[in-house]
This record gives sequence, structure tokens and C-alpha cells, in this order.
Amino acid sequence: MGVEFEPRIVGFLCNWCSYAGADMAGTSRISYPPNLRVIRVPCSGRVDPILIVKSFQMGADGVLVAGCHPGDCHYAEGNYYARRRFAMLRPFLEYLGIEGDRFRVEWVSASEGRKFSEVVSSFTNQLTELGPRATGAAV
Amino acid sequence: MARIGVFICHCGTNIAGTVDIPTVVEAAQNMPMVVYAVDSKYNCSEPGQAAIRDAILENRLNRVVVAACSPWMHEKTFRKAVASAGLNPYLAEMANIREHNSWVHNDKQAATDKAIEIIKMAVAKVSRHEELFPKALPITKRALVVGGGIAGIQTALDIANAGHPVVLAEREPSIGGRMSQLDKTFPTLDCSSCILTPKMVDVMQHPNIKLMTYTELEQVEGFVGNFKVTLRQKARKVDHAKCTACGLCWQKCPEKVDSEFDLNLGKRTAIYIPFPQAVPPRPVIDTANCRYQKYLDFTAEGREGKAPPKCGICEKICPVGAIDWEETDELITEEFGAIVAATGYKPFEPGGYTELGKGKFADVITGLELERMMSPAGPFNGEVKRPSNGEHPKEVVFITCVGSRDKQRGRTYCSKVCCMYIAKHAIMLKSHDPEVNCYVFNMDVRTVSKDYEEFYEQAQLSGATYIRGKVSKIRQEGDQLIVRGEDTLLGEIIEVPADMVVLAVGMEHSEGAAELAQKLHISYDVNGFFVEAHPKLRPVETRSDGIFLAGACLGPRDIPETVSQGSGAAAKVCGLLSQDFLTTDPLVSVIDKVKCAGCLLCQDICPFSAIDSETLRDGRTVSVVNESICKGCGLCVAACRFGAANLHGFTQEQLLAEVLALWE
Repeated sequence: MGVEFEPRIVGFLCNWCSYAGADMAGTSRISYPPNLRVIRVPCSGRVDPILIVKSFQMGADGVLVAGCHPGDCHYAEGNYYARRRFAMLRPFLEYLGIEGDRFRVEWVSASEGRKFSEVVSSFTNQLTELGPRATGAAV
Repeated sequence: MARIGVFICHCGTNIAGTVDIPTVVEAAQNMPMVVYAVDSKYNCSEPGQAAIRDAILENRLNRVVVAACSPWMHEKTFRKAVASAGLNPYLAEMANIREHNSWVHNDKQAATDKAIEIIKMAVAKVSRHEELFPKALPITKRALVVGGGIAGIQTALDIANAGHPVVLAEREPSIGGRMSQLDKTFPTLDCSSCILTPKMVDVMQHPNIKLMTYTELEQVEGFVGNFKVTLRQKARKVDHAKCTACGLCWQKCPEKVDSEFDLNLGKRTAIYIPFPQAVPPRPVIDTANCRYQKYLDFTAEGREGKAPPKCGICEKICPVGAIDWEETDELITEEFGAIVAATGYKPFEPGGYTELGKGKFADVITGLELERMMSPAGPFNGEVKRPSNGEHPKEVVFITCVGSRDKQRGRTYCSKVCCMYIAKHAIMLKSHDPEVNCYVFNMDVRTVSKDYEEFYEQAQLSGATYIRGKVSKIRQEGDQLIVRGEDTLLGEIIEVPADMVVLAVGMEHSEGAAELAQKLHISYDVNGFFVEAHPKLRPVETRSDGIFLAGACLGPRDIPETVSQGSGAAAKVCGLLSQDFLTTDPLVSVIDKVKCAGCLLCQDICPFSAIDSETLRDGRTVSVVNESICKGCGLCVAACRFGAANLHGFTQEQLLAEVLALWE
């Protein structure tokens, strides 16, 4: 019997909405799988693509970026830049040999603790199904 | 060389119940650059903070990681603790092993492993922390209160009484809000106008309050202590400086339209004050309905055909020449140190409950409509009449929780006031006419404040019959309505004939709440209510410094709670405005002049125009960050192609270190 595959996920959460949404999941005791490691950033627009590529290069099975809903950005428009940037990043990741499904962008507000737990659960399940990363990817 | 101390909190059993603390302490002791690691029952308590202070001094620590709760909870606390040992407060970092770990996982092994990794990331990050120094900025000692209901009125009066200038902006032509539409208030049956209108007059007369009605918030720039707000004064077409409120214009205006204030039960004219006690007592012209305005628009557009009648009676009759057809919307920009949103609620629109027949049967009305009927200053002069035939109703059925506590319609919350206003209506109807019989279909009766339970008892003693159960259908039979519902205590379907049915509609977020939240950069929940910084400990603050909240814009609440919050928000504003200087957050961007290639892309991207150009002595143009404007979003960092921009507290090196720490 082999050990069941546990994906390692790096999550970049914006301070104002999604990090607080994750806090809300905590205060509401809504459980989710323990596979995510959170890096707090002020805004999803702060997430430099290099941080995502580096995470995959180090061996992450999945990367999550979560920010405020479009229109609700604490800095007015940071998540719009994030949205466009990550739309461009996805094909690049695929070119590097990383399945697009391994990279997720979600909008989670400060009051959406339940949504946060659902995002982490479904992403973890999806990555578990995908299995370990294929060898031979460029990163 | 970094000498890092790690302080691991049990948080009673909140963390220690799920995380094996001794294992975590041992793991932390073996992390790179960690020279000291220890656990504590409660890091945030005075002994806990003292232990951090002592450990810094004894072990010559120059970096601190506190593994405990969310930084949203205690980052400030631990920065202060670190500073008390003489260390720069920005050399501390929190590892969130509670909200993000112990509270969401049950597997002790997994939670312990995760806690260790979270601490590892924080250690890697803190080793790259630098000393940061806040700057002192002057504060604009004025406050803006948005919304002129009882919440905004109380807030504005309390701030003004403390000696600070206040602008109170209200989008309707008069202040007073929902409370001014009420007849009586529970649980004391005070007449609403009698307790509200004196406060409205106080606002108008207060030397520290500038009242701006018919005004909407257009744009907000700046930050705590230094907001720059653009307000739109909508065109009133009446020069309020000249107007004496003699009332001739609204008595003579020939155009009658439904009155919003009376919920379309009565009429108002096109030039109008919303209600007799309006503050300011000055009319506005509703240009969408004004005949002369229609004529003006017709001629201005040079349309073909017959022109509408040229009215202009108000202009002819006005003894002081106050009518001004040229007046247009005016944008006014003012500076403020603090902003309070007190934008209230709107009553739930029950049209979706087709089984209750609102809109289909004239005698099905809402609670607020009944208020307007009962009000002596209302459209029926205080007489309760059936809209269908004008007779006094004898059998009245109330239905609770319309638009509240209804998962099927996506409205999960309790509107809090409906149970009490029904009790009030039942008591009042009986006192209007002792022959009235009241029946209340209810799910539960919630009476959670002082004297409320007694008030509910008073309603029952007055003869109101409470039926526990929901209504499934209302149908017409002759000139009566038959209300069919379940009595869950008897376990029977029952039918109650009614002359009038009153729907206890709940509270909904006010019109445009989301748009306002976006302008203020504050959060709102799934129901459209604004989100407080902490539901228990910071109930009138938002997570955006300098922006405060009061009243039903936060969620359903009654008048006593709203007034308390108004005073609470005012106290917070006064605390802010009584300082002479404000320390700024040093977590701002910085641009390395050597690396900057002068593409200036960051200037286009910065949402706050916080980046300027500077020409160096060698002739190169580079970007520089204006630290007092920068809000620290870091957009410039992700956009910079040359790695010249960086963000203090979230530098590229710090974030990369966190990623790398996971695979060390």
C-alpha cells in the first residue's frame, strides 16, 4: 500500500478580503483539508508571476491566488491587474508543462469563510485527482 | 546576523487542543537563525507580553515571530510588545496557527505539521525584515457623515458637540431617514416625530454642523486623516439662500405625483418638501415630473410637435424669486479627517412572495405603510383605512418574517425589529379602535432587548392572538381576504378572514450600498450590509482606517442600538480628530533609483497617483514614491520589469523566502 498522495499548495491571499475570509473560516470553525500554505500579500495585484513560477519550480502541486471580488478591491483596481496578468500567465504555465488546472484564481470576500473552505477543499480534491506533477516539466 | 525568537501561543486550548505544542517548540528551536523558542499559555496577556520583552533583552533577539492568532487580531499588540523592549516594532512577524490552522483542522498530526511549516515561513520572512519608521502627518480636523437618518444625526451631533466641524450629507431633500416615517416607537410608544424632530432642528442650528441635503457622495481620495471627498449637490432648482419656506410654491404647484415619503399612499407636488417637518424646510423641484422643466427640455431639444404646457407657476408666485431654472448639479470637493457611513436600510420589497398577494390585493399592506396610515401627519391623517374601500378594518392579520429567515429565498438573516413593530401595531390598532381583532402568524417571537418581552406581553394582553405557523395562501372572498396558514401548535390548517393583512417586511441594505462601499474601499457582506472591523471588539470601525460605521447599514437593528452606534462612531471619530498628528503606516513602496529604467509604467498603474518622476543629476528620469500618499498595495512591484520597485513588509525577497522555506 502506497501512502496516499497529499498535494502541496501555496496560496497567496490578499490581506483585506481573502486572508480575512480565511480568518472567518477559522472563527466559524469551518474545516478544510490542511494542504494549503498561506502567504499574506496586501493585494492580489502584488502577486508577481515569478512567485507563482518559483512555487511550481520548488515543487508545489498547485498555486492559489485569492483576492477581493472584482469591484471590491481595497485599492480600487488591484485585482483587475491581477485578473489580466493571470489570464496571461496560465498559457505560459502550460507551455512550461504545468497543467492549467494546477493554478487557480478565486475571489473570496472577508465575509466568505464558507466559500474559502470550499475553494480549498475543491482545489485539494482536484489536485489529488490530478496526482503528482509530471516529471520533465521545464520548472 | 538575525537572532530570531519564536513565541508559540497555546491560546488556552484554542491552539494547544489541536496542535502538539512541545513538538512545535522543538522544531522551532532547530530552525535556521532561531536562537530562542518558547511556548506560552497566552502570548497576548500581560505575563505573555512581558515574557517576550524579557526574552528579547536576555537573548539579544533582533527578530521576533509570534505564532498565535491572525495578524488582524494581534499584530499591533505584539508590535507594541516588541517595541517595549527597544526593538523596532516592524521586526516582528506573526504566524497564524489559529484561524488558519488549529480552528479548521481536527487531525492533530496534520495541524502540528502545518503549524511548524507556517512558523518556518514566518521565520524565513522575518529574517529579511528591516527597521521601518512611521512618519507623522497632520490631520484634517473635520468629519463627514454620510446619511442623515437617526444614525447619522446622532453621530454628527456628538462629533459637533465635542467641538469638531462636521458635514452631514444626505441624498434625500430632508434629513430624518426611516425614523421620520414612523408613527410610534417601541417599546415605549414615544411618538417618533416628537423625539426625532428636535434632533433634526439641532443639526440645522448647530454651529459646527454643515448640513448638505440632496447631496450624494461622488468620489473619495486620500487616506485616514486626509481624505479628499467630492460631493454632488444635486440641482434643486430653488435658491435655498433666498427661499423663506413660505410654502406658496408647493401649495400652488398643479402637478401631483405619488409621495415616496408616504410610500405612494398620498400625493406630493413636483416642487415639494417631503414632509411638513422636513429639515431644512426648503423645497426642491423634482425635475422628472415638473411641467415647466418638461417644457424647457422640449424646447431645448428642438423637438417637433406640440410643446407641453408652459407652467412656471412656482416662479410666478414665489415672493422672493428663489426659483432658479439654470441651476445644475454642483461638484464640491472638501477635505476630511474621518468619514462615517450611516446609510441605513430600505424595507424589503415583498412582491416576490406571490402567495401573499402584495400588489394583487389592495388590502395587503406592509408594516411601514401601516405606519404612514397611523401617522397623524400621514396621508390618511392618522386614520387606518382599508385601501380597497376606505372602511376601518376590524379583522387584521399580521404575517411575520416576510423577507427574513427564509433560506428558500436566499434571505437567511433575522431583521430583528419586525416582531416588536407588530406588537406595537397590534397595541396601537386596538387603541385606535377597540373593536379591532389582531391575529399574528409568526415563526417565533423574538424580544431580546430591555422591556421588549414585557411589551410583547402587553400586545397579547391587548387581545392580539398569536398563531405559530406560516401562511401558505391569501385569497379574496367577497370583500374580505382569507388567510390560510398552519397552526403548528394545534397541528391544523386554519383560515382567518381579514379586512386587512399587514406584512412584517424585513430590512434590506439601502439602495446603492455596494457602490458606496466601493467608493469608500470598505467591505460588504453577501446581504449587502457593510462589514465591521471586528464583530465584537470593533463594531463601528471598518478595516479601512478613518472610516467608521453606524446603524442599519451594518445590518438590521432598532433605534436604541442605532443611536448607541452613532455615539460610538462619534467617539471613535473624536479620538482620531483630537490627535495633532497621525503616524503613517511605513509599509509603503520604495523604488531603487539605480535599477529604475525610467519606463514610468508604475505611474500609470498606481491607483493613488503616488508615484512622481524625478530627474537625476546624470539626466536620467526615474520614479519616486510619495510615501505619504502610497497605500502599500504593491501593484508597482508586480508591474516593474526591472525589479526596482519593492514594498516594505512584503518585499520580493520576503515573499520568495516564504516560498523557499516550504522546501528547505
